[in-house]
Amino acid sequence: MTQRIFVPRDASAVSVGAERVCRTIENEARNRGLEVEIVRNGSRGLYWLEPLIEVEIDGQRIAYGPVAPEDVPGLFEAGWLRGGAHALFHGPSEEIPYLKRQTRLTFARMGVTDPLSLEDYRAHGGLKGLERALDMKAEDIVDAVDTGGLRGRGGAGFPTGIKWRTVMNADGGQKYIVCNADEGDSGTFSDRMLMEGDPFCLIEGMIIAGLAVGADTGYIYLRSEYPDAWDVLEDAIVTATREGILGANVLGSGRRFELNLFKGAGAYVCGEETSLLESIEGKRGLVRAKPPLPALEGLFGRPTVVNNVITLASVPWILAHGGEAYKAHGSGRSRGTLPFQLAGNLKRPGLVEVAFGMTLRELLYDFGGGSASGRPIRAVQVGGPLGAYLPESRFDLPLDYEAFAAVGATVGHGGIVAFDDSVDMAKMARYAMEFCAIESCGKCTPCRIGSVRGVELLDSMLAARPQRSNDDTLLRDLCQTMLEGSLCAMGGMTPYPVLSALDHYPEDFGLSPKQEEAST
Amino acid sequence: MSNTNQADLLPALHRLQEKFGYIPDHAIADLAKAHNMAQAEVVGVIGFYHDFRRTPPGRQRLRICRAESCQAMGADALAMHASTQLGVEFGATTADGEVTLEAAYCLGNCACSPAVMLDDDLHGRVSVERLDAILAEGRGV
Ligand SMILES: Cc1cc2nc3c(=O)[nH]c(=O)nc-3n(C[C@H](O)[C@H](O)[C@H](O)COP(=O)(O)O)c2cc1C
Ligand code: SF4
Ligand code: FES
Ligand code: FES
Repeated sequence: MTQRIFVPRDASAVSVGAERVCRTIENEARNRGLEVEIVRNGSRGLYWLEPLIEVEIDGQRIAYGPVAPEDVPGLFEAGWLRGGAHALFHGPSEEIPYLKRQTRLTFARMGVTDPLSLEDYRAHGGLKGLERALDMKAEDIVDAVDTGGLRGRGGAGFPTGIKWRTVMNADGGQKYIVCNADEGDSGTFSDRMLMEGDPFCLIEGMIIAGLAVGADTGYIYLRSEYPDAWDVLEDAIVTATREGILGANVLGSGRRFELNLFKGAGAYVCGEETSLLESIEGKRGLVRAKPPLPALEGLFGRPTVVNNVITLASVPWILAHGGEAYKAHGSGRSRGTLPFQLAGNLKRPGLVEVAFGMTLRELLYDFGGGSASGRPIRAVQVGGPLGAYLPESRFDLPLDYEAFAAVGATVGHGGIVAFDDSVDMAKMARYAMEFCAIESCGKCTPCRIGSVRGVELLDSMLAARPQRSNDDTLLRDLCQTMLEGSLCAMGGMTPYPVLSALDHYPEDFGLSPKQEEAST
Repeated sequence: MSNTNQADLLPALHRLQEKFGYIPDHAIADLAKAHNMAQAEVVGVIGFYHDFRRTPPGRQRLRICRAESCQAMGADALAMHASTQLGVEFGATTADGEVTLEAAYCLGNCACSPAVMLDDDLHGRVSVERLDAILAEGRGV
């Protein structure tokens, strides 16, 4: 059997040279008269080692990385096809502590399989959940998700079982499953990885959702910034349709499920579920007032499940292993696992799927390895651009929806962005306001006008700063107005990064350093 | 009941922009008719989305991520360098029509920050030197 070499096709891996490395390996092997089979897998998520190349030896995969094209001849010289020693050698992939210490449920196949091989997918546990679901009553599917304690991974953490039950119980007729693949939050990339690295898992999750609520049509709303994910999904949908997984007769059950891909157009606010639905309907992405809930009047006025990519991709595992098995992981009311995304100024950025309850410090240091620059980590933003900044004194917080909410922070989509001590927190606060001004849908005044006013206020504070004569009353009042008067979390949460920066880093704003520990 | 006809508008706009690089004025009336909308509504939709443009772009589109993770890894300096090097502000096209410089707010490449995208090609861990090389390659130098 020809020896297999795994070279990730993941967009991030390619962004640091995986494609060129792949071509170099092919050429080098040819020149040496060696027969190798190159498999394009997803990324393992150990991004500081990307391009991470794995050589399969007697069924075990040995990791080398980060590999540059110019390293390739030397790797062959070192006998990497027999697991030879080399500066880039990391031993068996599965034994690398960063990977070994994770609990990969949703990301179990990530980087292991060829994303577009249905054969691989089945061989690694794929379609078991769907097969189970096809033998179950709709209520029982919803119960399994409910028992698992799955909550929305898109940001708000709303219980998925409750959402599904509402749609299941809504009047019959046309219903929809909409996958929110807008992944606009900075510092997050788990949706992208999953769609590029295990697309059948998302498709399977969406079909199960359809069976549960009685929907025969799905949409994936994918941001336009992800052209590679688009290509992979398009390909996977064709395969799934050809193989009778999608279409008029799902796995021969007589049940129908059709799936459409829909491309976004570069608006952050279209990640908000009602704005997203407006966008699919061909309109400006103005946020809708709730009620009515999308679960009752969603896409084209019909009952609709809107779920994040990771929420839906967590469902096949839950159906295959049971709600109790999923619920066994986690802490408090945050059950199961979350694929955290370590980003920003860290030595070892990447994807870390672990059960809820791990502390920020463990993620930042045990996994992340501390800052990339070697300087102290001064601030960490968790949960995207609308998430609070946390100082070192908060690093022992367990990652758990309630524990974070209790200190005015949010876990959100699990993005963790670290900054070293060269960060200027007043500038970060200004950026938060600026981002809101750029991305506001414009429907309500506190958000549309407030954010512009916030940028102006912060600009004048930044300009006055050297004299230390600043007063934050106006800025705090403005934040309060936005918090209370905004229709959606865009305007309603932009104050989180701003206020947390003010509370924890007043010196950066030219305010006198705080006398006592602030309350949030 | 919503107008399902209008639901084809965004895909149609993407197709047009792929073909022409922008949404030409002369297409607006046709779009309005085909999707059963007023012309002003079509213009409103185009204006809402950052992706759609109504004027021709440069031959290449360089997007620099300006969001938090990339900022933490030096994106501001990279953005400044790009702007100086190309001699344009963000949102503008170089005088020779080669490159349109745009800001992006997260390219999903945060684990390899700072990130840029030249047309559909994503690049990670981009230093000032790498950016120059990427641009030179793009120009066929
Ligand atoms: C401004 C804004 C942007 C959002 N962006 C996203 C996004 O990119 N992806 C996502 O899944 N949810 C996003 N959400 C949350 C969605 O509104 C919604 O809660 C989610 O899609 C529900 O799915 P879940 O329950 O599976 O999380 C955003 C919300 C707001 C207010
Ligand atoms: S808070 Fe901002 S984004 Fe949300 S509805 Fe109001 S204007 Fe639109
Ligand atoms: S909804 Fe009108 S001001 Fe917020
Ligand atoms: S913040 Fe720059 S790629 Fe995500």
